[in-house]
Amino acid sequence: MSTKLLNIALADDDEDDRMLFSEAIEDISIRTKLSLFNHGQELMDYLNLPNVILPNLIFLDLNMPIKNGMQCLKEIRQNPDLKDLCIAIYSTSSSERDIEETFLNGANIYLNKPNNFGKLQDSVERILQLNWQYHTSNLNKDTFLFRI
Amino acid sequence: MILFVKYDFNKACETLLKEHLDAYDVSYTLGSLGEVRIKGSLSEEQRKSLAGSLKRYGIEILDDQKITLVERIKNAIDDLLKNKELKSVKVSSYLADTLNYSYPHLSSVFSESTYTSIENYIILRKVDFAKELICNTDLTLTEIAFQLNYSSVAHLSGQFKKTTGLTPSSFQRIMKKKMNYTVNPNT
Repeated sequence: MSTKLLNIALADDDEDDRMLFSEAIEDISIRTKLSLFNHGQELMDYLNLPNVILPNLIFLDLNMPIKNGMQCLKEIRQNPDLKDLCIAIYSTSSSERDIEETFLNGANIYLNKPNNFGKLQDSVERILQLNWQYHTSNLNKDTFLFRI
Repeated sequence: MILFVKYDFNKACETLLKEHLDAYDVSYTLGSLGEVRIKGSLSEEQRKSLAGSLKRYGIEILDDQKITLVERIKNAIDDLLKNKELKSVKVSSYLADTLNYSYPHLSSVFSESTYTSIENYIILRKVDFAKELICNTDLTLTEIAFQLNYSSVAHLSGQFKKTTGLTPSSFQRIMKKKMNYTVNPNT
């Protein structure tokens, strides 16, 4: 058993999606601390706070008001203090173009919002497990791409 | 009669820890996430008696030996994958021989602290090597499969797809585009 906590952030404007996600992540064996944000700007404001504890993994919805996921992704990758963060896109879009574009802009993981809770839980668990390996082993983060 | 109590879990544990640590003549600070920083060190005997007295509260002193062992297992796996002469060795016996522990012991320590199994870790590591070779060399997939000791290209592709969700060729396409993209993001 490990005592380390994974800090996870989720930015999603849909309240139901946020709730389902929190429930899914709660039952997973990896211990996490989840921070929720209602839209991209809220997340970016948080990440730019002085002395903030940066999350180990950020889940980003693509379609959000005020600042969408793609804008956040670009901003994060252009910021020297944030560019090493691990980013998962969490979206309903399964268009190949969207997926490729997020990877090109520096996303590590692309998760299609699953249509049932069990699947969501499985997917989130796999992502956290994989992400954990990238945190604790000398795997190359530059080539970390995962689609699920 | 029924009494209802409200308790602060963290405070309870902290107080408990403090009470027990105060019995030893050491100065210490409590960090978050169950970290206890002790100035100087406890003797082996003190450590044992502290562990014993905490045990009945369900508090366990974690062994950093386990974490060190996990690192040694990972290093041994890297050596094994990189060294061509070791291609035909069986992983379980190689690890048991180099680290001097039985494989079941290694395997359980590894799974306990990494959320994955040795087998899965090896797959992940091999796919990571394959990615490196795809990005940085002109080797064909067949050559990469051979170099990483896969029985066939199909086997490598299958494991690659399972681990990354992408086929080796779409991975290669994305990485190539990504490199051009980063060099010149406006095109």
